[in-house]
Amino acid sequence: MEKVDCIVVGGGLAGLAAAYGLASEGLEVMVLERGNYSGAKNVTGGRLYTSVIRDLYPELWEEAPLERPVVRELITMMAEGRQATFEIAADGFGGAAPQSYTVMRAKLDQWLADKVAEKGGMVIPNMRADALLKEGGKVIGIRAGEDEIGADVTVIAEGVLGLVSEPAGLREKPEAKTHALGYKEIIELPPGVIEDRWHLNEGEGAAQLFMGSVTKGMMGGGFLYTNKDSIALGIVVGMEWMKERTDDLESWQLLDEFKELPQIKPLVKDGTVAEYSAHAVPEGGIAKVPHLFGDGYVMTGDAAGLSLNALITVRGMDFAFASGYYAAKAIVDARKAGGDYSAAGLARYKEYLDHSFVLKDMHTGVAIPSIIENRRLFSHYPDAVTDLMQQMFTFGPGPTKRIVSKAFKGVRKDFMNIATMKDMLSFRKM
Amino acid sequence: MKIDAKLGLDVFKLDKEPHIVIDHETCRAVCKKKVCLTVCPADLYELNDEGDVVVNWEGCLECGTCLICCDARALQWHYPRGEFGVQYRMS
Repeated sequence: MEKVDCIVVGGGLAGLAAAYGLASEGLEVMVLERGNYSGAKNVTGGRLYTSVIRDLYPELWEEAPLERPVVRELITMMAEGRQATFEIAADGFGGAAPQSYTVMRAKLDQWLADKVAEKGGMVIPNMRADALLKEGGKVIGIRAGEDEIGADVTVIAEGVLGLVSEPAGLREKPEAKTHALGYKEIIELPPGVIEDRWHLNEGEGAAQLFMGSVTKGMMGGGFLYTNKDSIALGIVVGMEWMKERTDDLESWQLLDEFKELPQIKPLVKDGTVAEYSAHAVPEGGIAKVPHLFGDGYVMTGDAAGLSLNALITVRGMDFAFASGYYAAKAIVDARKAGGDYSAAGLARYKEYLDHSFVLKDMHTGVAIPSIIENRRLFSHYPDAVTDLMQQMFTFGPGPTKRIVSKAFKGVRKDFMNIATMKDMLSFRKM
Repeated sequence: MKIDAKLGLDVFKLDKEPHIVIDHETCRAVCKKKVCLTVCPADLYELNDEGDVVVNWEGCLECGTCLICCDARALQWHYPRGEFGVQYRMS
């Protein structure tokens, strides 16, 4: 059997970040990518938080093919026939080191794969890993079609479904309760039009999230990210919530209905749809993160459930990239310490993650998956907030009540109740 | 925009063999709700004249939603072989 130092299953951000670190330290690393190129099978909503990973491989970020720095954040509450938007633009979001950028995976991942190759790593496209090879409980390599390739360490970066690692007993099958479906259209628009529509200076970007009737009360929301010359417009919806529906609503229809709303139409006007894509999103939080390492392997990125949907911020790619970085660091440590690639030898990986934002933030967000199961977040609150706002701006034919009394009436009815008080207590855990 | 037209924008490299195979016996015997008909973002699942679920796997976006949602475990689902399947140019 042919053998290399490290095999990486999956050439996405986690796998490539691991391969880059390993190749930089002179290890022989082979990345198996099932697509025609890295990024061919990947889908993002649209945004990478670069602020948390800028110090990992700092030389990379100077030239990364990022789309637009997000300097303007919009949260839109939606109800039938009305919506209310909260918008924040802050100097701190942009400047010399912006905290986040919109990205397109086909571009970003291909570029990172080239960087891995420059360091001497092999990224092999069109190659699907079919199974892990095990010997006495230790992962010793992979099988891909007829080929078997051995490795001291296998980095599992295969993505959310775990089709290679689950049959090997390294993680559970993904469940509908802890996963969402994300899908989107890429809609091309001229850069100037994007900047006008979202009130941006040249080159700047915006992110807009939509909650409420957009998902018909189901957990999830709509999203919109501005790329250089396109926007990504899509929906994320909890799979269990889709399963529970008793009407004939089909998932893909949510986006079409969303686009047809009179409030959304002007945002996509004259745009040309260029691509349609979909992906599963792990949303189980820290409780669903499997054992992150064992004899001969480490688990990274989506394959390890490292992502956090806190509704107004959605993170995954930063965790993926950082987990790949720390995987490489731990493997290099193990090699320098004499080449013990057993679970004991690779335990540093977990320690690195424990001390980094990856597991710290996953632990901080421990309550998030249960909080966002709250039905009221997706129906009652968007409804009540938009209703209150509409009342405040509405005049009828009769005499007008004082604005404060209008507001108080709405607040008393919709927010001064036991359910809301309980929700407020639970939201504090976010 | 029709869902077929959207899928028409994507690049697909088709393998000869399907990568999703439905175990019709299990599907018929165990599953009452057929959520595959509604959860798939590419609308690939439909009922044929005999009332059996069939899948137009050629337009698969490889998200795995059907696999995750199929409680009856009636799907044999793997990724298309290397080189085949959807090839996103942007996403």
